[in-house]
Parts: sequence; structure tokens; C-alpha cells
Amino acid sequence: MSSVRVLVGTRKGAFILTADGKRQHWDVSGPHFGGWEMYHLKGSPADPNRIYASQSSSWFGQVIQRSSDGGKTWEAVGNKFAYDGPTGTHLWYDGTQRPWEFARVWHLEPTPTDPDTVYAGIQDAALFRTTDGGQTWQELPGLRNHPSAPAWQPGAGGMCLHTILLDPSHPDRIFIAISAAGVFRSDDAGKTWRPMNRGLRSEQIPDPTAEVGHCVHRIAMHPTRPNVLFMQKHWDVMRSDDAGETWKDVGGNLPTDFGFPIEVHAHEPETIYVVPIKSDSEHYLPDGKLRVYRSRTGGHQWEALTRGLPQSHCYVNVLRDAMAVDALEPCGVYFGTTGGQVYASADAGDSWAPIVRDLPSVVSVEVQSLP
Amino acid sequence: MIIRVVLPAHLRTLARVDREVKLDLEGPATQRAVLDALEAAYPMLRGTIRDQATQQRRAFLRFFACEEDLSNESPDTPLPAAVANGAEPLLVVGAMAGG
Repeated sequence: MSSVRVLVGTRKGAFILTADGKRQHWDVSGPHFGGWEMYHLKGSPADPNRIYASQSSSWFGQVIQRSSDGGKTWEAVGNKFAYDGPTGTHLWYDGTQRPWEFARVWHLEPTPTDPDTVYAGIQDAALFRTTDGGQTWQELPGLRNHPSAPAWQPGAGGMCLHTILLDPSHPDRIFIAISAAGVFRSDDAGKTWRPMNRGLRSEQIPDPTAEVGHCVHRIAMHPTRPNVLFMQKHWDVMRSDDAGETWKDVGGNLPTDFGFPIEVHAHEPETIYVVPIKSDSEHYLPDGKLRVYRSRTGGHQWEALTRGLPQSHCYVNVLRDAMAVDALEPCGVYFGTTGGQVYASADAGDSWAPIVRDLPSVVSVEVQSLP
Repeated sequence: MIIRVVLPAHLRTLARVDREVKLDLEGPATQRAVLDALEAAYPMLRGTIRDQATQQRRAFLRFFACEEDLSNESPDTPLPAAVANGAEPLLVVGAMAGG
């Protein structure tokens, strides 16, 4: 029987939640790396027992952990993320230029075919890659050397490269997203990059339709339709049907189009999920209700999913990397909150139940579907 | 000579060591020499005490020995004799800050 393994990163450690294919009864393992901020854990599609984890701390900096047995044991691997060449400068909050400085790894993306090859998105924004299982990391400097880079600036959480999408049908095509610069695409395995932000409109920046400077919170893709991308921006839920060349607003009847995560159903490429948040100055749910919104039409028309979720006095947030879907039938959907709850739905969002409800604040959620 | 180093709890867990680490050091006992030897023996500690790029002490860590704060000493200043002869440990201390 198939099973699932949910990898949860929190502000104070990592947790691993496992269940069989029914996804009703869960085993909880952790905390792993207790007391450390676990920004992201992700398993290799090529070898599910290989898991990488970003462990960081304001005191002790960045550590990368690797497991080869599905998270039972871990070893620290390479943690040197040295920018390749002169760092250059980017825009700072006060309008001055500031040199790039490494802070932490936000996102780890193992490649589909090689467990030893992994991309890392870091703050200050840059893309790194390892081909030796994390022992050494090399920057792909073409992104940071893009002519627009001096105009990139940090969002409230820092200038982070938080999303990495690898196109399964074009092995040399990579999408990344940076807060606050926007989406970039490479068609040559990361050597050169083009901004992919046409159609985005951000009233908060001096030129609302600028080529870069947009606070893109998350982008998502269904692997069978890599030319269709979905985006949760600071404000606005957007869609591209031409691999990021142009975007249009699909927020439709959402109660608010501010939010962080966006995910695509594993078997229905037009079914997408978001968690609307009240506003950019009030990072909590509207009306005290935890509602996931699902569109089965690729946007525009949205329905609130509430069964099993608290519908009063709930003021948590769901961060950008804290939602995931499994590949089982029916599709499972998972998300974690800043209040420490991890909710699961084994029926594509129709009903929900908490797996755990009192963890530290959840930063990231990933799920592995196991044979 | 044997140098004793006491690490903060999170680094002991990371390096999988007990409270005190003993390092066999050749040459003058300085902060730099001790930290070089520590990182050579425990590579997972690289970058956790000193920044990987600048080799500067991380802002929320301090170095103490013999009831003295040595944090802002030059990394090449000789450590107190009691540390160099193993009578006293070099303490790596995490700042009491944060949540």
C-alpha cells in the first residue's frame, strides 16, 4: 500500500509526519534539530530516502543537513555559499545601494533525476547548485549579474530567492522567483536569465508595471503543463499560459487576493489552491476564519473550503512554502500555519483534519508520496 | 599541547560532542589557531562560529576565558597562558537574546 511522508519545517525544529495511503492515522517524529529554524526540507524525486534540509540560526548561521534513510538519521554537509565573483549591490530599504550578503537558504529543490544534484535559493537572492550531494555548492551567477539586479530590493522577510521550478519537459528551463524582484526564467540551465513579469501590476512600487521589483510570493506549475504557471503575488493571484511571458489576474471572487502559498492539484492541472490573508498590513486570516480557496477553473471562480477548519477566532497565517499536494488518489493537500497546526485533506480539499496542532510556527511543508 | 574548548549547546549537538572538546594544538595558541583546529576536527562547525567568507566572529557569539571577554581581541593574539596549557577552557558562548 502506498504511504505519505510530510516534511515540516518550523521556527524551532523539523517534524516528519507519516501515514498510510488512507492518510487518517499519523506518526509524528521530531523535533529534529530542535531549537533551529528549519526553513525547508525536501526529498529527492529520484530517491525518496534522500532528503535535504536547510537549518539556520541567527547565532550559528547556516547548516545543510542530508538524510539517506528517509529522515531517520542525518549528516551535516557543505554549508559554504560563496557568491561567484564581485557581489555587486542591490536596493536597500532606505533607497541606498547595499552589497549582497549571504543570510540563509530559503528553498532546496532536488532535481528529478539525480539525488546528488540540488538547487538552493538563498537570501540575499541568488541561485546555487550542488552536484555532489551537498558537499559543495556553486553559484549560477548569471542571475545575480542580471542588469536589473541593482534595482532588486528586499521584501519584509529579506531579499530571498524562495521558489525554484524545474520544467520537466525542458531540462534546461528553470523558473525562479525573488521577493522583491519577480519571476525570472532561464532556458540554458541557469547561465542567462530573463525577467518574466509582464502583466504584473504592483501599486506599491514607483512604476507599477516595472520589469522588476514585484513582490512575487510564490509560483506553481503542474508538471504535465509546464507552460502554465500560477502566482500568488503580494496582492493579486495571477496566471500565465505562455511560460511566464505574460500574466493575467485570476483573483476573481476571492475575498482578498493577498496571500503567500499557491498549489496545483496533482491530477487536475486546472485545480489550484490559495489561502487568502486579510492584507499586507494584517498578516492573518480575514474574519477569523481559516478558509482554503479552490478554483477548478484555473482561476476566476473560487470556492471556500471550510469543513474541518476553524471558522471563528482564527488569526494565523500560512507562509509561502507551507503548502503541498501528494500524488495519491484522491489528491491530498497539506498546509501548516504560523500557529503550529498542520492540516491535511485526503479528498482534494473537501474536508480537513489537523495532523498536529501545537508545533512551533510552521515555515514549510512538503510531502512525499511513497510506494 | 591540549586546548580545551567549551561549546554552546546547539553546537555540541551539531558536532555530536560532550560539553568540552579537547584539541591537540601545535604552535602558538591563538583564537585563530584554536578555531582552525576545531573546524578541522569537526567540519560541521565551519561557518557556525566564524563567517565562512570573512572569517569574522559571528555577531551573536562571544569568546571568554579566565573570566575575561576575549571577543574583540585580534584572532592572532596569544590566548591566556592558562588556556594554552590546558588549565582553563576557551568558552564559546551564545548571546542571551532572541525568542
